Amino acid sequence: MWFWVFVGPFVIGLVVFVYVPIAWSIYLSFFDSYNTVTPTTFVGLGNYVDMLRDPAFRSSLVTFLVFAAFIVPVTFVASLGVALLVARTTVMQAFFRSVFFLPVACSYVVASLIWKMSIFSGIRSGLANAVLGWFGIDSVPWLSLAQPPWYWLVIVTARLWLQIGFYMILFLAGIQRISPTLYEAAAIDGAEGWKVLRHITLPQLRATSTAVLLLLLINAFQAFDEFYNILSTFGTYPPYARPPLVYLYYTALGSGQDFGHGSAGAVILTLIIAIVAVGQSRLLRLGDRGD
Amino acid sequence: MAIVRSRRQSRLTGLVRYTALLVAALLFLVPFYLLVRSAFMREQDLSSPDFHWLPPVWETANLTGLFDNPAIPMARSLLNSGVIAVTQTIAVLVVSGLAGYGLARIPYRWSNVVFYAITATLLIPAAVTFVPSFVLVSTLGWISTLRGLIIPGLFQALATFLFRQFFLGFPKEIEEAAFIDGLGYWGTFWRIVVPNSMGFVAAIGTITFIGSWNAFLWPLVIGRDQESWTVQIAVSTFLTAQSVQVSQLFMAALVAIVPLLLMFLFLQRWIVEGVERTGIAGD
Repeated sequence: MWFWVFVGPFVIGLVVFVYVPIAWSIYLSFFDSYNTVTPTTFVGLGNYVDMLRDPAFRSSLVTFLVFAAFIVPVTFVASLGVALLVARTTVMQAFFRSVFFLPVACSYVVASLIWKMSIFSGIRSGLANAVLGWFGIDSVPWLSLAQPPWYWLVIVTARLWLQIGFYMILFLAGIQRISPTLYEAAAIDGAEGWKVLRHITLPQLRATSTAVLLLLLINAFQAFDEFYNILSTFGTYPPYARPPLVYLYYTALGSGQDFGHGSAGAVILTLIIAIVAVGQSRLLRLGDRGD
Repeated sequence: MAIVRSRRQSRLTGLVRYTALLVAALLFLVPFYLLVRSAFMREQDLSSPDFHWLPPVWETANLTGLFDNPAIPMARSLLNSGVIAVTQTIAVLVVSGLAGYGLARIPYRWSNVVFYAITATLLIPAAVTFVPSFVLVSTLGWISTLRGLIIPGLFQALATFLFRQFFLGFPKEIEEAAFIDGLGYWGTFWRIVVPNSMGFVAAIGTITFIGSWNAFLWPLVIGRDQESWTVQIAVSTFLTAQSVQVSQLFMAALVAIVPLLLMFLFLQRWIVEGVERTGIAGD
């Protein structure tokens, strides 16, 4: 059967490394399983109740909401803006596109290092404090204080720099798909500048925009690398600013190895993200029909 | 009059646009500049209270010191990252390429069911399932092994989905001609379809390689022993522990991104295409 010769290896791998772990995890989430993957004490929905009651788990969801409230709109507007600027440019277009795209090659770890130890290091020779110093403003301890939460600025700008190029490419591809006859018709009608943007470019980018928004939201939900690398010092992570995956990491793989609660948390997060993904695409499709 | 005004106006907006682009481009390059500058600075200059635009002394000893420093397993972690990224890229291309072709071209009664079972997992981001995957890998005894780092990441529904979409659009006449020549599915795929799909393969391959080289959460969870660290874990460990010279840390980070910067220089076209294909899979 040729079908299985081609598709079989992938399907077997998918079952073993995706379906089985998820099923096993759902099983573990109904048991007390500290340090073991073959638990015996059935606790029913106990782990789920514990997780939803745990203020730390709920605060991790709040942390995600705060983070998403900043990063999603800012990245969206910035990458769209850069794409529009680059698309209109004829001279050095390839150069500008490459410069904005370049951070895509950089890892979150390396970016975290540059942000933490160079740009936003608390000492006076850190770039941010040096710039403040030129205007006679005192140095700011960007990362060592919980209040005021300057660390948000560090986290958000790092991800912004890493991601803008990726979404710029998606918007550029969308802009290039717009038929030039639409612009010609607009020019004949005497429309220019903002009017063209509002009535032609943005509506035509609708499909791209919805895809970008969904990707931004899902990626923000999975944020881990920059939080872990920027905020953890001397091997310890502060009790605040823990997004869901950071919380899960310390619950399931910290000193306790609490797989029961960890699995329950993973199931809850998976459900949230699946509901968001399905819900958003439904919502936007309904919106389309209304037009 | 109107034309004159509009021409002057467009020259003005052009100027504003270029200024905005130039300023933004400079801001985007600042982090790279800081990385290179700091990698070649002496420790005492980095910790001095004054900001230096350029290193007062270009310290190339950071590079040799980095590979001599017994605290940082730099050579080993680079080797691990290279082995993992190359194997994962090749394996994903082969496994997902075959599966995508089978789903697109080989008639089978349950083909649609299999396809839905695959795409259903697209809704579940791999990062969220790291706890279950860790449980499985630890049961298999694969903690701190290359197997544990490589194999669980090979079965990417997105890559299979994209290959299927791509092969659905592949010109059928070419395949039919090959079939008449008696090549069969296997021969047609490897001798006709693959050689004519190298652009798409390059796009998916480059984006997979970047993702693999830069991966963090999974190598952090699995790479417990020093011998199994990837270069990202090595840099991260010394960043969060702050136990080595900061200048050497910057040099380590510079070394860690050089392979990808080189890739960028020569393969940017395919990376851009890979981003376009993976970013908006629905189109």
